[in-house]
Amino acid sequence: MKRSQFWLWAAALATYAFLYIPLAVVVLFSFNDSVLNAEWVGFTTRWYVKLLHDDDMLHAAANSLLIALASSSVATLLGAMAGLAMHRYRPRWLPFLVLTPVAMPEILLGVSLLLFFRQVLDLSLGLFSILAAHITFSIGFVAVIVRARLAGMDESTFEAARNLGATPWATFRRVTLPLIMPALVAGFLMAFTLSIDDFVITFFVAGVGVNTLPLQIYSMIKVAVTPEVNAISTLLMALTLTLILIASRIAPDVLKGRA
Amino acid sequence: MALLEIRNVTRRFGSLEAVKDVSIAIEAGEFFTLLGPSGCGKTTILRMIAGFDVPDEGEILLDGKSLSGVPPEKRPLHTVFQSYALFPHMTVAGNIAFPLEMAGKSALEIRRRVDETLALVHLEDKAGSFPHELSGGQKQRVALARGLVNQPRLLLLDEPLGALDAKLRVEMQIELIALQREVGITFIFVTHSQQEALALSHRIAVMKDGRVEQLDEPDKLYSAPANRFVADFIGKINLIEVEVTSSSKVLLGLCAAGLGEIAATDPRPIAVGERGVFALRPELIRVFGHRESADLKNRFEGVVRELLYLGDVTLYKVELANGCLIEALMPNAAPGRAKFHEVGDAVAVCWRHDAGVYLRN
Amino acid sequence: MSAARTQPAGLSKWVVTLPPTIFLLVFFLVPALIVALAGFRETGEFGGLAPWPGLSLDAYRFLLGDVIYLEIFARSFLVAALTTLLCIVFAYPLAWLIARSPKQRRDVLVLLVILPFASNFLVRIYAWIMLLGPANLLYTPFAVIVGMVYAHLPFMVLPLYINLEKHDPALLEAAQDLGANAWTRFWRVTFPLSLPGIFSGSALVFIPVLGMFAVPELLGGTGDILIGNLIKEQFLENRDWPLGSALSIMLTACVLLLAGLAAWAAKRGLHGTEAVS
Repeated sequence: MKRSQFWLWAAALATYAFLYIPLAVVVLFSFNDSVLNAEWVGFTTRWYVKLLHDDDMLHAAANSLLIALASSSVATLLGAMAGLAMHRYRPRWLPFLVLTPVAMPEILLGVSLLLFFRQVLDLSLGLFSILAAHITFSIGFVAVIVRARLAGMDESTFEAARNLGATPWATFRRVTLPLIMPALVAGFLMAFTLSIDDFVITFFVAGVGVNTLPLQIYSMIKVAVTPEVNAISTLLMALTLTLILIASRIAPDVLKGRA
Repeated sequence: MALLEIRNVTRRFGSLEAVKDVSIAIEAGEFFTLLGPSGCGKTTILRMIAGFDVPDEGEILLDGKSLSGVPPEKRPLHTVFQSYALFPHMTVAGNIAFPLEMAGKSALEIRRRVDETLALVHLEDKAGSFPHELSGGQKQRVALARGLVNQPRLLLLDEPLGALDAKLRVEMQIELIALQREVGITFIFVTHSQQEALALSHRIAVMKDGRVEQLDEPDKLYSAPANRFVADFIGKINLIEVEVTSSSKVLLGLCAAGLGEIAATDPRPIAVGERGVFALRPELIRVFGHRESADLKNRFEGVVRELLYLGDVTLYKVELANGCLIEALMPNAAPGRAKFHEVGDAVAVCWRHDAGVYLRN
Repeated sequence: MSAARTQPAGLSKWVVTLPPTIFLLVFFLVPALIVALAGFRETGEFGGLAPWPGLSLDAYRFLLGDVIYLEIFARSFLVAALTTLLCIVFAYPLAWLIARSPKQRRDVLVLLVILPFASNFLVRIYAWIMLLGPANLLYTPFAVIVGMVYAHLPFMVLPLYINLEKHDPALLEAAQDLGANAWTRFWRVTFPLSLPGIFSGSALVFIPVLGMFAVPELLGGTGDILIGNLIKEQFLENRDWPLGSALSIMLTACVLLLAGLAAWAAKRGLHGTEAVS
């Protein structure tokens, strides 16, 4: 191996280590039999058992799941429409509307929705405002995935269907929908992951009544570092990891598209 | 009544007129070709027939009934797309069954017709394959089968052979002719290849910049082009600038600057003094040694400047007295002899008085 | 012939275009405009906004009148710039290595970069609380920078990798053949060609860092607050909504400026790349 090659590998490995060591420590200490996250004492699963009996945590988890399911379903529908519209009819305003919420700092979307719900609609914050916020930032991701899928396809495929006697609806059902299905599944999983992970925007629009998992973790780590946080973090990691792997199996180019 | 009538159709894209006042009538059973360079409007016409585009002016009639307002799926015609546009998520059989399903045919009939059509294009063993598993020629056949299976009144073919390699293209041309004869369906074929158009069609419309330049049978197009563009676009041709010096009933006297009198024929009454071009196919010119005599009216002395030995024929480029280069194609029919002349030889080019065509400017 | 796709689209066009458009108008554009407007309103008696039509320039006057705000903006830009720079330094060797790896190994290496980023954002910050706490580095500017780099590194690796992967290896061989050593080859060929990747990566890192409040809040000390913390404070603690809105508008302006700059730079860089490849 050449010397320059050696240094390249060393630098890259160091960066991978930088990325993975902190998370490995979190996972490791979730099995540590000590209240303090300081030194390894022994193996235990008691923090996971404790999680199961933590009503606040369970409540937050249920909320997160409910919100993620609902918001990603709606976002997949609206995002698919937006992706189709951007690809096929190219209205000038749509890319702006769809992509800006994705590109701007999350805090701006958070505060603007806070103002909107409290000041204009005079609604108390809660499930509805969180749902609306999550759908808003997820639409763009789904739309981009769907549009990329459509852009990779031969436009005459859809014309061929019409030409062979299919009505617009039959064309959609028999040709377009099956062809964009991988993008829809990947988009749904992406929206689900984004929703279940979101902290910043939810933080502004959640109000006092509703708690989600990230909000619960936030309030816990603001106070103290406890192994219970490690346990819930590990579980969350396992969940998103699974979702990402499923998404990458269904549409391998999606992960690259995210950049 | 013509099967399909395109009546004064104009189509604009912004300030560009893609199709300008085109009128064409296509008869049932015809193999009709729209020929022209890219951007001439031929594909736009095809898309308007299929219903993917609408004329700004004029109308298109099928069996005497206007097609305007009829959506693509309600038109009794199918298209073979340039890219084939096979549905990637359906098998070959699924693709071919699609138009039958859309037409609401029974499962039994669909099965029978799919099998028949697969046999027609020799793809019986590929029924369960997916498009990405097929070769270019096989995809082409599936696209054809899919277009034909529901027996449309018209089959539109948009440069369907463009993606195939040269050898396969010739094979498919022969198959296309046989297929069209067998099914008896009217074909409208779009291509930019004059060779393909000449080989396949009953009639050809040569297009340029949105207009039909000439509409005729292949041999007429070749031997009697209507204008300079058609003459130049189809096959190789020599063009000589001339002025009309005499015109009787059939005979035409032309004068080329620095060359002299050219005898030609033209049944049209043409005014003396008119300027135009004289168009002459290379294979109608004979090249003789300059001392050999030839019993032909048109005989001009020149020097061989270049020659291209092509095996079956040899192409000579002869410089005439006025400096213009004439191309002549001579068959190498005599056994054991490859060339008749060398570069630098003094020769005479000759042709019959009815060999060329006078084209008005 | 995309211009030819003018067959009357009719109903289907509106069926797919209208629902997302209306949704985003209501939940994105209208709220954004309200923030813009709220910056010119007066604060209510009990926080929030005063009843209509309390228009004033107070919020902006207040912002510009106190040097502390300017300082926080400057610090935010500094932190964002430093984070971006460190991300470039860390991401470059990694992206380069992935791009030069055999094809079948690349996807796995890319996935390895993305995976930690798939864990919850707070978990990733929490990991550093655990690591830096015992070392007595928590609640320092150093901790803030580490957290920022950690949270945004993949955003730099991916665009860089996508750019570097496209480089033709023959270019480097040509440079070597013409007498350039390894160092010169990097600076004269690879680096200039990778500028578009660096620009888009920088936009993806710089902009989110500028608005970040969680990292300084959880890892930083009291002196490490950035624009994001300021905005959050106005909306959730002081309930000074006009001031919070004015701050948000200024942040938006900065972001738009930067995004425009990055787009312009990437475009120029791209032209250069095309000319070479």
